[in-house]
Amino acid sequence: MTMREKFLPVLSIVLAIVAIWYVAAVYLNAPFERDTAARAGTTITFSEIVPKTMFQERPVLPAPHQVIAEIWDTTVNKPITSKRSLVYHAWITLSATLVGFGIGTVLGILLAIGIVHNRAMDRSLMPWVIASQTIPILAIAPMIIVVLNAIGISGLLPKALISTYLSFFPIVVGMVKGLRSPEQIQLDLMHTYNASSAQTFWKLRWPASMPYLFTSLKVAIAISLVGAIVGELPTGAVAGLGARLLAGSYYGQTVQIWSALFMAAALAAVLVVIVGAAHTAVLKRMGARP
Amino acid sequence: MTSNLASVVSARDLGLTFETGDGPVTALTGVNLDVKKGDFVSFIGPSGCGKTTFLRVIADLEKPTAGSITVNGTTPESARENRSYGYVFQAAALYPWRTIEKNIALPLEIMGYSKAEQQARIARTLDLVNLSGFGKKFPWQLSGGMQQRASIARALAFDADLLLMDEPFGALDEIVRDHLNEQLLELWDRTNKTICFVTHSIPEAVYLSTKIVVMSPRPGRVTDIIESTLPRERPLDIRETPEFLEIASRVRDGLRAGHSYDE
Repeated sequence: MTMREKFLPVLSIVLAIVAIWYVAAVYLNAPFERDTAARAGTTITFSEIVPKTMFQERPVLPAPHQVIAEIWDTTVNKPITSKRSLVYHAWITLSATLVGFGIGTVLGILLAIGIVHNRAMDRSLMPWVIASQTIPILAIAPMIIVVLNAIGISGLLPKALISTYLSFFPIVVGMVKGLRSPEQIQLDLMHTYNASSAQTFWKLRWPASMPYLFTSLKVAIAISLVGAIVGELPTGAVAGLGARLLAGSYYGQTVQIWSALFMAAALAAVLVVIVGAAHTAVLKRMGARP
Repeated sequence: MTSNLASVVSARDLGLTFETGDGPVTALTGVNLDVKKGDFVSFIGPSGCGKTTFLRVIADLEKPTAGSITVNGTTPESARENRSYGYVFQAAALYPWRTIEKNIALPLEIMGYSKAEQQARIARTLDLVNLSGFGKKFPWQLSGGMQQRASIARALAFDADLLLMDEPFGALDEIVRDHLNEQLLELWDRTNKTICFVTHSIPEAVYLSTKIVVMSPRPGRVTDIIESTLPRERPLDIRETPEFLEIASRVRDGLRAGHSYDE
């Protein structure tokens, strides 16, 4: 496939979205301009409204160039140590995401190992694992923050634990399936060698589960980010992308909200791409068919 | 070590009944058999005659429910724990994430052979199955026949005198199969192993074996045991000799007699 064939469809979709966005910005921001004109006792034509809707301070829907300018201003033009830097806030969220993702991955793998090797754990644990995910995270996040605060744990860890709460689930489900994926004939082979369960685990179950692990990791890293953002909401909007979203909504700073949203989306995309690259690299080392 | 004439496998009134949802299924009943050291024994019969089940009982992959069996003079379980047999499955069952040499190294790693010893054995067994130069390939890069040869190499890599083979060439085409049969005989001659070989094919059984065990289904049982009169040295065209055809015809008669009327 040539570059042209590859990028043309993507580019046309992006252009279409931007076009629809501009139209929507004009449509949604126009009433404010009409009201302003009416209050001043003047009339305003459509051709006068359009340019005004592009540069409102608190638009209902900011125009794309406003969001891009805001992102540029808060990333490139601010030192990254500044509280007004989006990079600073993104880093706060990212660190909680990565810690939560790390704990969630380890926890998820350990639970899956327990479930696969122990019948009692299989029976007793799996329903709880599933039940844990039926509780809305928005309801449980403030509880976790408050309870941990009461016992003196604050800062990064409570947010990370909310990420963990969300991210361990796909890991458990994926790894239980992955560790059980070896065929009977492959297990029989181990039995004929009189292999110990540890040997069967490390030489068969673990390598066989790798494709399942990485598929789960891709889901887990994305929802870890969601968890960290949700975890920042009840902390009183101190720092992080969640805090930017909350502060933005308090003060009607829609441009700030949208730029934080885009930053979060870009962060999620980068994280998923990194996990995807690791996936490809590991499978390549394991001799996967190209 | 037991004497040369001792039985490697000895079954007395062996039976195995599976409990299934539809009631008990008798997979094996009243099997009496002795496999001597250095024998090449083929088990032949239609599906459901218990030939694979019998091999799995020897390998301690199934537990018999009646009678007794010894493998290398002990129970199948101790024989398995002593790693006294190599098992070749119907499918090659190579681990796809390991190269061919790493697949051969698998039992050696588990049994704790040193790195140097592993290398030496990999080289030796690869040569034995004519796969030298393919050690660094992954299984998917090899043809079906080569994969099955690699799985035989894996079973030969450690010091088991007994080789259990469950229709190893069943999924391969006839030309490849002929070739592998020839190589297997040569290998058996060079290594002096005892081989138990399950097959569907009469020419394969007659060509390879010193002893042919004819089995029949419902319930799975042994109907005839034929000692081959063919010489140890067997070129492929031995299959056109009258002696060969006579044994083949006796096997065929045995298979026909074992079939129940309703089929």
